[in-house]
Amino acid sequence: MKSDRGDIELAGVCKSFDGATYVVDGVNLKIADGAYCCFIGPSGCGKTTILRMIAGHEDPTAGEIVIGGQNVVGLAPVQRRTAMMFQSYALFPHLTVRDNIAFALRVRGMSKADRLRAADAMIEKVRLTQFADRLPAQLSGGQQQRVALARAAITEPRVLLLDEPLSALDEQLRVQMRQELRRMQQDLGITFIHVTHTQLEAIALADLVVVMEQGRIKQAGAARDVYAHPHDRYVAEFMGGQNVLSGLVEKVNGSTFTLAQAAPDGIEVPLQARSTVSVGDKIDIAVRRDDVALVRPGRELPPGCTTSLPSRVLAIEYQGYFVKVMLDTVPDDAFVAYVPEKVFFADPFTVGDVVMATWATGSALPLA
Amino acid sequence: MSAILADMPKTDASKTGAPATTKAIAPSKGGRPWTFYVLATLFVFYVIALYGPMFCIYVLSFQDIRGGLVFPMKGHSLHWFVDLFTQVRTGDVKGSFDRSIKLAVIVTVITVVVSFLAGLGFRKRFRGDTVVFYMMIGSLVAPGLVLGLGTGLLFQALGLNASWYTSALGAQLSWTLPFGVLVMFAVMSRFNHVWEEAAYDLGASRWQSIRLVMIPVLAPGLVAVALFGFTLSYDEFARSLQTAGSLNTLPLEIWSMTLNVTSPSLYALGTVTTIVSFIVIGASLGSIVLIQKKRGSSAKG
Repeated sequence: MKSDRGDIELAGVCKSFDGATYVVDGVNLKIADGAYCCFIGPSGCGKTTILRMIAGHEDPTAGEIVIGGQNVVGLAPVQRRTAMMFQSYALFPHLTVRDNIAFALRVRGMSKADRLRAADAMIEKVRLTQFADRLPAQLSGGQQQRVALARAAITEPRVLLLDEPLSALDEQLRVQMRQELRRMQQDLGITFIHVTHTQLEAIALADLVVVMEQGRIKQAGAARDVYAHPHDRYVAEFMGGQNVLSGLVEKVNGSTFTLAQAAPDGIEVPLQARSTVSVGDKIDIAVRRDDVALVRPGRELPPGCTTSLPSRVLAIEYQGYFVKVMLDTVPDDAFVAYVPEKVFFADPFTVGDVVMATWATGSALPLA
Repeated sequence: MSAILADMPKTDASKTGAPATTKAIAPSKGGRPWTFYVLATLFVFYVIALYGPMFCIYVLSFQDIRGGLVFPMKGHSLHWFVDLFTQVRTGDVKGSFDRSIKLAVIVTVITVVVSFLAGLGFRKRFRGDTVVFYMMIGSLVAPGLVLGLGTGLLFQALGLNASWYTSALGAQLSWTLPFGVLVMFAVMSRFNHVWEEAAYDLGASRWQSIRLVMIPVLAPGLVAVALFGFTLSYDEFARSLQTAGSLNTLPLEIWSMTLNVTSPSLYALGTVTTIVSFIVIGASLGSIVLIQKKRGSSAKG
């Protein structure tokens, strides 16, 4: 008895192509039915291999892949009721849009009249009616993507797998197709698993963001969780928007500890439940770039700020609604402040100015 | 680059109002650089050298009954074409033509099928693939006459009678298969294996993905392989000489005719075989164009 649920569970999934190195190394993950899940990581981190194993195009070396309560390892994609949208769409070049979309029904032996009717209904859904008789080569990138989506969706999968679906499009179209993917996912009400290396794409779309590095999951959680509360330096740097500083713990005092840095009094960091620190530990902390305020030396710090780091302005980039100010605050890491446009231009800095970088003490986040 | 050069004079002219200065950069409309004329002359000589000799044969085949083997032309008629197919003394033209066409068709079918399968096989590396590949290339570089002789001897040693549809077929395949496989490799290299994966993802069986995706996508390339197989077999001489047995193929028949026929019939035969070749090539190219046009028009309609 087949289940219609598209919840996925990966249990101890490993994959090695050569028997020595593991591309995917013991991945455990639960994805809820109807969720939009994004796997994100640099190229070679194993995210596409996981996708292909869920799709049935690779078999795991070890572990189980359970979809809707059924272990699907060894089953063909059709038996799994998954469908994949390939990176370059892989539309059949010799078939028209209609025939491409009807392909899955054709190989199932559905009669020509029935399958063309079903394909036309799907073509209407993705708003391609006027292009139904065109070949893939005669379509724009965005139209090709919609054909690929329709071709996959016509199999009525319970899970749709998308391999870097937006990477072939230009910036403007990417934002537009992003919304279309989300709309499509809500229309179909099925689980989407989307592989990407673009942070913005992942946090804009996903209910569940999975950050990967070298075959392992670094952090999995809601987009806001992963972005605002990264577990470690890797996730913080990969997701962006954070300044990461490291230093030795100087003293622990109640609910906060002090990190030795190039600041007169060190950096005060709130001690959170999950971290146990002792004096002498080397620790990374993260401070959001948009939490950093810049104050001219000698002026009073904003309320709640106890740490201030003297810095020199290295570069300034105007970004529209904010200004990106790059500083030499810490010797080894980049330190950046996102200053709201209006605040910046009320008292603009120039390159070479000395400023005090400060932030509300409560917003500093110790990393694992 | 040429677009840049072509655009430059225009903007120059509009700025300075002196189009005369543009001549130094690019020729005026319709004019060509002197290199064009040198290369065009060279090309004309090449074409004359290539087609001139054959053209002499075709022209001389249209003489009337007084015709001889050399210029000048003596009248014009189709006499020697009639002679070719009616006179027994000119040799078994009809029979050998028949055999050559049949043999070429068999060779073509086998070449296309085997090359396609080899193309499928060589998509992935396998143990000993380079050895197999070089063995195949080896039969391509082996002298045809020697290979034919060897095939004939082998058949004799095995106590089999040499004939055009057994030993000659084998000898010709040793020639057409490596060619076919090499062309197939080039054709296959343009096939994106993701299409196969997509077909599998959509539920196609192996056979369905070959029939509905691979073969249609590769069709123009397969026609090219077929054309190769056909033409290589149709005018094959060296390998067939010792293997055709008692009944000649057309090239062997023509060769024996050059030894004993002293009339323009020989030239008429040359004209007819050339026409057949052109028909085959034309049909092949036509079918490639048709395949592509069909895709284009079904796309527009």
